Amino acid sequence: MGTTLLIDWTRCEGRGLCAELLPEVLTTDDWGYPLSIREDRSLEVPPRARRYAEEAIRECPRLALRLLDS
Amino acid sequence: MTGLITPVRGLLGARARTYREHLDTVGPLPAVGAEQLVQLVAAAGLTGRGGAGFPSARKLAAVGSRRSPVVVANGAEGEPASSKDRALLIHTPHLVLDGLVLAARAVGCRTAYVYAPESVLDSSIRPALTQRRDRLTITPVPSADTFISGQETAVVAAVQGLRPVPTSTPPPIYVKGVKGRATLVHNVETLAQVALIARYGATWFRERGTDDDPGTRLLTLSGAVARPNVYEVAGGTTLGEAISAAGGALEPIQAVLVGGYHGGWVPWTAHAAQCPLTRTGLSAYEAHPGAGILVALPARRCGLKAAAGLATYLAGQNAGQCGPCRNGLPALAGHLQDLVQRRSPAHNHEEILRLVGTVDGRGACHHPTGTTRMIRTALRTFRNEVELHVAGACTELQGSRKGA
Ligand code: SF4
Ligand code: SF4
Repeated sequence: MGTTLLIDWTRCEGRGLCAELLPEVLTTDDWGYPLSIREDRSLEVPPRARRYAEEAIRECPRLALRLLDS
Repeated sequence: MTGLITPVRGLLGARARTYREHLDTVGPLPAVGAEQLVQLVAAAGLTGRGGAGFPSARKLAAVGSRRSPVVVANGAEGEPASSKDRALLIHTPHLVLDGLVLAARAVGCRTAYVYAPESVLDSSIRPALTQRRDRLTITPVPSADTFISGQETAVVAAVQGLRPVPTSTPPPIYVKGVKGRATLVHNVETLAQVALIARYGATWFRERGTDDDPGTRLLTLSGAVARPNVYEVAGGTTLGEAISAAGGALEPIQAVLVGGYHGGWVPWTAHAAQCPLTRTGLSAYEAHPGAGILVALPARRCGLKAAAGLATYLAGQNAGQCGPCRNGLPALAGHLQDLVQRRSPAHNHEEILRLVGTVDGRGACHHPTGTTRMIRTALRTFRNEVELHVAGACTELQGSRKGA
């Protein structure tokens, strides 16, 4: 059981807004594209950060983000 | 009906240009039902021969449970070091088409496509289609001459007449593919095997190969081997046996690129030579058999230079869609080229390691992951060469030979 952030890389334009809104999961790479802060690069969203993930999804100008519950 | 047909030895034993010749060689297409066919393929343990190695019966079953599916025979073969799909389509077009007809039957589909280079469609597939009467509409679709044209989502795009570049998943194509319909994309070698399994059975298929890797598979051998060509070998064949099948090494070799440009560099050692060309057999080297590609690298060549050449090619083949791939692969290739040129080798080496860790897995398709795998295994296999470069030297410049 877990919630993972999905990034549609064909849509994302990499201004990094999501990384600002969701620092519990994301930072940015050399070019401003979202990058997992974790060593294993997992994009799992901890329950306490879920509402921020939802906000990032709403705010993403390219509609590139989704959550996958498994 | 023809009488008793002696089963052929394998794919390459089934060569036939005309439909008549084909039927004489392998016998008629048996009337197997959909369920029986999926069971046969499952019992045979056939896995995909396009690179991913996914169990074929599971793919058939996943698509078969959905409405009005589409089936595509994938012969795009974007890998520059592979020529087995072309060989198969040229020498055994009817076996591939039989496999397509069977797969369509297994999933209950009436729309099928053959996706392959225009030259192959023209010289082999279109003429073959005029010789047979299938109750299925088979449409040839020319594939683009790009590395990623054979990625499944790119195949779906091409069949729809769109630019042949990957699209984002999920949903997977077995749920939503060509025109929103469930789509099955099978490599042409996989389909040819299905056509033989339907005729001769799962037990026949398992007579060759191992439990872990049943049946036979095609390999494309190139580089410093005596007879570069396409070979059919039993599953579980070791790296050493495969090199021997091509007449052995032409000169001392230091490594073999296994699995193609997205594969792994495997050092040519006594241990590696004994590894079966399977996922488990090659896991110690982070390599996989992929589409059966082997390229032998001479000991006198600089392995880093070879890897940098591949990385530069792969960087140029990114589809320009995904930020980390579009920016990361050219940056990686640039650092590799600089390392080869010994511009500021220690820094370049560090940057390569860092970028490999950030680019990996971040794209709509496997291009970043495959490319970083090739680079990571190169740094490991050619670590002596890395040290030489950091010290300002290079095997090729010195003309010095390393021990085999
Ligand atoms: S907010 Fe959206 S477009 Fe911007 S970097 Fe994040 S995913 Fe990409
Ligand atoms: S990951 Fe690279 S090659 Fe794959 S779709 Fe994105 S840009 Fe194209």
